[in-house]
Amino acid sequence: MANLTHLTIAQALAGLKKKDFTAVELVEAHIKAAEAARHLNCFITETFDAARAQAKEADARYQKGNPLPLDGIPIAMKDLFCTEGVQTTAASAILKGFKPPYESTVSAQMKRDGTITIGKANLDEFAMGSSNTTSAYGNVINPWKAKGSNKDLVPGGSSGGSAAAVAARISMGATGTDTGGSIRQPAAFCGITGIKPTYGRCSRWGIVAFASSLDQAGPFGKTNEDCALLLRSMAGWDPKDSTSVNKPVPDYAATLNKGVKGLRVGVPKEYRIDGTSPEILALWDKGVQMMKDAGAEIVDVSLPHTKYALHAYYVVAPAECSSNLARYDGVRYGQRVEGDNLIDTYEKTRQQGFGKEVKRRILIGTYVLSAGYYDAYYNKARRVRKLIWNDFIEAYKKCDVLLTPCAPTPAFAIGENTQDPITMYLNDVFTIPASMAGMPGMSVPVGLSSDGLPLGLQLLGRPFEEETLFQAAQALEKAANFTAVPQNIVGKAA
Amino acid sequence: MSIDKNTVGKIARLARIKVSEEEKEVLSGQLSSILKMIEELNAVNTDGVEPLTSVVQMQMYEREDKVTDGAIPDKILTNAPEQTAGFFVVPKVVE
Repeated sequence: MANLTHLTIAQALAGLKKKDFTAVELVEAHIKAAEAARHLNCFITETFDAARAQAKEADARYQKGNPLPLDGIPIAMKDLFCTEGVQTTAASAILKGFKPPYESTVSAQMKRDGTITIGKANLDEFAMGSSNTTSAYGNVINPWKAKGSNKDLVPGGSSGGSAAAVAARISMGATGTDTGGSIRQPAAFCGITGIKPTYGRCSRWGIVAFASSLDQAGPFGKTNEDCALLLRSMAGWDPKDSTSVNKPVPDYAATLNKGVKGLRVGVPKEYRIDGTSPEILALWDKGVQMMKDAGAEIVDVSLPHTKYALHAYYVVAPAECSSNLARYDGVRYGQRVEGDNLIDTYEKTRQQGFGKEVKRRILIGTYVLSAGYYDAYYNKARRVRKLIWNDFIEAYKKCDVLLTPCAPTPAFAIGENTQDPITMYLNDVFTIPASMAGMPGMSVPVGLSSDGLPLGLQLLGRPFEEETLFQAAQALEKAANFTAVPQNIVGKAA
Repeated sequence: MSIDKNTVGKIARLARIKVSEEEKEVLSGQLSSILKMIEELNAVNTDGVEPLTSVVQMQMYEREDKVTDGAIPDKILTNAPEQTAGFFVVPKVVE
């Protein structure tokens, strides 16, 4: 039997249909891998027993010849998605023990299609971070190590547990959310593929809110095709989220191999940002050549307000977070710390329940929204956001997709970039502009750094043109032929 | 502009987060440097630009005006830190 944890989702589905192996065997192989890799701290809550039971149900459907579209595929669910009866923490101490009495739309749709959640994946607290070091449940460790070093590296964030789980072959795919790069940057750090679809493509209902005008769910996979399969299940209109868009969900995987002949790939000059690793800039040039060789037309474009996206983001996201996180008051759910009176109870609950980064963002958000500053900061940032959006619309008149770096460096060591919050924020400099404009974006692993760490490139597309994005990613994936897997992972590929 | 300790105290109060004197000191430095970064936005000319409120250009969906959910008080109370007789319990507010 093939090494089950190294199969792609597409391969596993074919194997299950041919009865080469069972869903029970597939799920068990991943649970074993997860148990052997507990030191990576990918999961806040393991759901192995429920997964085993669901695998049996999946096998029964395969036996009867009527399996669901993703029947029996073990996945990791970011612990930001509310799951009925299963602890959902958002990696915060304030939600310790919270068991939602309802299921998020995205996780419900995946369940409808047969995926099996083997654990709730660790993340940065309330998805605020770029290194998965702000979780109240401990750091996630990247399964990759730099050549000749034993240092633990970050998996990126905020969806660090999800990305690490897929990279470590603990789960075949994973859900993430991306507010400013939280799917794309960890995918790049872990050598896997991840897509943040267009804002409005997936329902936000039941996802613990961080910044509602930016938050968007998306999948991680070992391959582009796996992401296409998962996104089809996650996406779709939901009357319970008024910002979700009522458009049909295409069969993304069916058109992957359309090719990129004649596709116009834009290369934005403003993404040559100081401080970017020369290796990443070289990889970018290589990526451009790969697309050209595959038949795409390369176009130079300009997105003049790129450098201000980060600044505008650090007004808009904290503003929305300060408002969204007001609900954690220790009254209706979550942890409570008793005080002398009601206000004191609120203040102590939030003092002890929230971590440092979350508090910083709530405070900045409260400041920029406070009387006298609202126009100078919040409205100014929203005006700049409009200019960023205009930039993309203009660029997409000249090209169909954009190709850029994904993160300025490969994965860094745990503890680095923590002295000054702004150094950490700079990690998202390439991913934030598309978030601000609501555009879809994905990260594709393209090469290794000189010390053996994965490097990714980012593809950005027009709103609701994920199909084109997947086609471009397929060409890039094929040309890059990225086959490296982390050292020391369980059950190496044969 | 910088955010001094006093201002940290004020916004922490607005945000209902207790902060110690030492935390105020650290936060004052950190929040000031974040604010300084944000203020680089002033270099952008935004005259005549409307603030962007939503990246999705669409008509808001309207549904029929009828009750679709409810009558689940037990479910709603399951995660309450303290509850009694179908109510959330909070410290005494009115003397």
